[in-house]
Amino acid sequence: MALLNLACSKKSCRNRSVPQNQFLRLTVALAGNPNTGKSTVFNALTGLSQHTGNWPGKTVQRAEGNFYHRNKHFTLVDLPGTYSLFANSVDEQVARDYICFARPDVTVVVTDATCLERNLNLVLQVMEITPKVVVCLNLMDEAERKKICVDVELLSSELGVPVVATAARSGRCLDKLMDAIDDVASGRIKTSPRLVAYDSEIEQLVQKIELKISPLVPEGLNPRWVALRLLDGDRSIIDSLQRYLREGKNSSFHWGEERALCIR
Amino acid sequence: MNTKTLALAQLPVGHTGRIDTLLARGMTRRRLLDLGLIPGAEVKTIRRSPAGDPTAYLIRGTVIALREEVARQVLVHTKIYSSKEDSNGSVKPCMQ
Amino acid sequence: MYQVSSHGSLNNALDEIYGSLPPEEKNALRDRIAGGIYSSAERIAGKVVSRKGKQINWDQKIDDVLTSRCLGIPVMLLLLGVVLWLTVTGANYPSQILASGLFRIEDILTGLFVQAGAPAWLHGLLVEGAYLSLAWVVSVMLPPMAIFFPLFTIMEDLGYLPRVAFNLDKFFRRAGAHGKQSLTMSMGFGCNAAGVISCRIIESPRERLIAVLTNSFIPCNGRFPTLIILSTLFMGGTVAASFRSAAASLVVVGLVLTGITVTLLVSRLLTKTLLRGEPSFFILELPPYRKPQVGRIIIRSVLDRTLFVLGRAVVVAVPAGALTWILANTFINDLSLLSHAAGFLDSFGRLLGMDGFILMAFILGLPANEIVLPILLMSYVSAGTMVEPESLAALHNILVVQNGWTWLTALSVMLFSLLHYPCGTTLLTIFKETRSLKWTLIALLMPLSVALLVTFTLTQAARLLGLA
Repeated sequence: MALLNLACSKKSCRNRSVPQNQFLRLTVALAGNPNTGKSTVFNALTGLSQHTGNWPGKTVQRAEGNFYHRNKHFTLVDLPGTYSLFANSVDEQVARDYICFARPDVTVVVTDATCLERNLNLVLQVMEITPKVVVCLNLMDEAERKKICVDVELLSSELGVPVVATAARSGRCLDKLMDAIDDVASGRIKTSPRLVAYDSEIEQLVQKIELKISPLVPEGLNPRWVALRLLDGDRSIIDSLQRYLREGKNSSFHWGEERALCIR
Repeated sequence: MNTKTLALAQLPVGHTGRIDTLLARGMTRRRLLDLGLIPGAEVKTIRRSPAGDPTAYLIRGTVIALREEVARQVLVHTKIYSSKEDSNGSVKPCMQ
Repeated sequence: MYQVSSHGSLNNALDEIYGSLPPEEKNALRDRIAGGIYSSAERIAGKVVSRKGKQINWDQKIDDVLTSRCLGIPVMLLLLGVVLWLTVTGANYPSQILASGLFRIEDILTGLFVQAGAPAWLHGLLVEGAYLSLAWVVSVMLPPMAIFFPLFTIMEDLGYLPRVAFNLDKFFRRAGAHGKQSLTMSMGFGCNAAGVISCRIIESPRERLIAVLTNSFIPCNGRFPTLIILSTLFMGGTVAASFRSAAASLVVVGLVLTGITVTLLVSRLLTKTLLRGEPSFFILELPPYRKPQVGRIIIRSVLDRTLFVLGRAVVVAVPAGALTWILANTFINDLSLLSHAAGFLDSFGRLLGMDGFILMAFILGLPANEIVLPILLMSYVSAGTMVEPESLAALHNILVVQNGWTWLTALSVMLFSLLHYPCGTTLLTIFKETRSLKWTLIALLMPLSVALLVTFTLTQAARLLGLA
């Protein structure tokens, strides 16, 4: 099953890149809480050009689709809907491993404008892993109906990443979302995520661990984040890292999408 | 105002409490934290299932149903409510 | 760049740091980290979100009805009844049009074969075997699916389905299962293979497996037509014509409730035996109700569900139809292979209130449940041709007049159809989802023994009481 998927996805990647080599190919991960309209965003962006399969070795559905914007080819990967990335369930682990090991060019976090607080929890966790984040503030139509106002500019400056207000059901402002994805992917917008500051005791511990592990943590992985997960007592990050390093040994450390597909 | 500490499972429908302690350990504790049930957070009991269990709670803007065995492992403090209310939750008679 | 030689040292360092944290400390640290993130979220949300006035909470008002103590479950059953009734009655007319269209094509095909001077066996194999079973499957399955799947997707889009799980969780908890199993069961009405795949929404492996193994107790679209036709023929026949479809859908609802009861009983049995364990962490979000997107629903349910399932059914129906034709038309000592096999099974079938032909039809129908009835009719009318499905009178003639069906035969067939093994595609799906031959075999044998037990008990009891 997993092997088959791997073979298929490699083949389709090759096929796609041959006729369209004038396009730059970028990978975008789509994260979000359940019931935030994440799949509506996914469908609206990719239309019918999507294919589904399983995450390697997991019975968790993986959907992938393409869209073109500003002469660039984007591959959108739909991650399972989760409340957090603490790897307490298979879904959370799949989402976390994809963001931190496959290193998509941009991670879009779809949020529900009607209950922002809960959704920001996930946004802040994603920002700890990667700075290349775009927040899609979805369900704005519903928020308007419920007379909830969100100051998008202020939210963006508080987070340090672009925030795009959308109503994916009616397709509102999805072009702006694509603009923002491209801006972050191309580096036109430099994000500077404002990270969560923990209490002083935790910060001290994190610094101590970070110092110890940062020469050892592979490039591209945020040592602070790894340190935090270790403090968490999250055993699965060690397992994922070890698996990742084992896989990485055989290739010349190509940290792309294919790599992620090999993680089992 | 007097407050009282009780299990979330005992918080009557329509009442709000603040999370005091999580008694759960291991994975259950982790999942509860994920949901935002962190000491100090506000929870409101929204409704009970027709069969009496599970119960839906408003947790940080989202309505989430928990089974009684889990809700028993969360302590909340709440303002003391009227003694008429049954502490097991409001069991309203059918069709008022 | 990272050096290969430091693999070991990183692993060791990670293990060392991880191991050096005192266990009690870990728990507290985790709480504080999770709390730290949420309090940041709280702070930011507090700054950027503002509310203009108070808004009536419609979700709560709707939930007051849909999940209320008194109305919650009745409303749910009513909705189920309405959906099934719409599927039953709504499918009749398009089914007839499709059938007459497809059978007209059969005449044309026959004409072409005759013109070309093709041998009779070739015509029989391709037209009377393969094409007719294809025509049956399409005309019987397409309309109900084209009605059921959009209706189901509307419920899904509205946000009603989690309420169903909320209403029913206690029953599933008692059975040691997960409330979300009710949703995988609902999906099973469309197609058990789709239902089995949807079991992924249940996180805990134990409860997911229970849902997978019991999904086939929910009659899928392939079995619905059989249930509907037989209940119309035998149960609906007792009341005035105008109430016929209402009576038939009542019987079907009764069968569905039987399936649900068996699901719960078997789930409980599984948790006491093969799948013992503590119930896992249950969490269910009740999202706000949302207006369904009709356009997307139609595209999604027609493309992703209806055509997908129909395509799969067609793929199995064509070879199965041809095979059945061969079995029905290969003669040894004046009797077809099918009749030989049926004769062999007959006395066993009688114990279950059925006969050998019926059991053969269920066996040959393993690839797809929708072909059980066509195969049965094909073998009853031993010439190997099928009756046109639109004609209830012709069906009545074959089943009752020529083959002596009683209400007990019909009920046994319906119960057996409801409870017996899942179809070939579903079994394949179960194998893919569980990656275990053992559980796939259990998924085959466990429902089969339930079906045998129930039909045997029913038949013997009815005979003892002198009811049949």
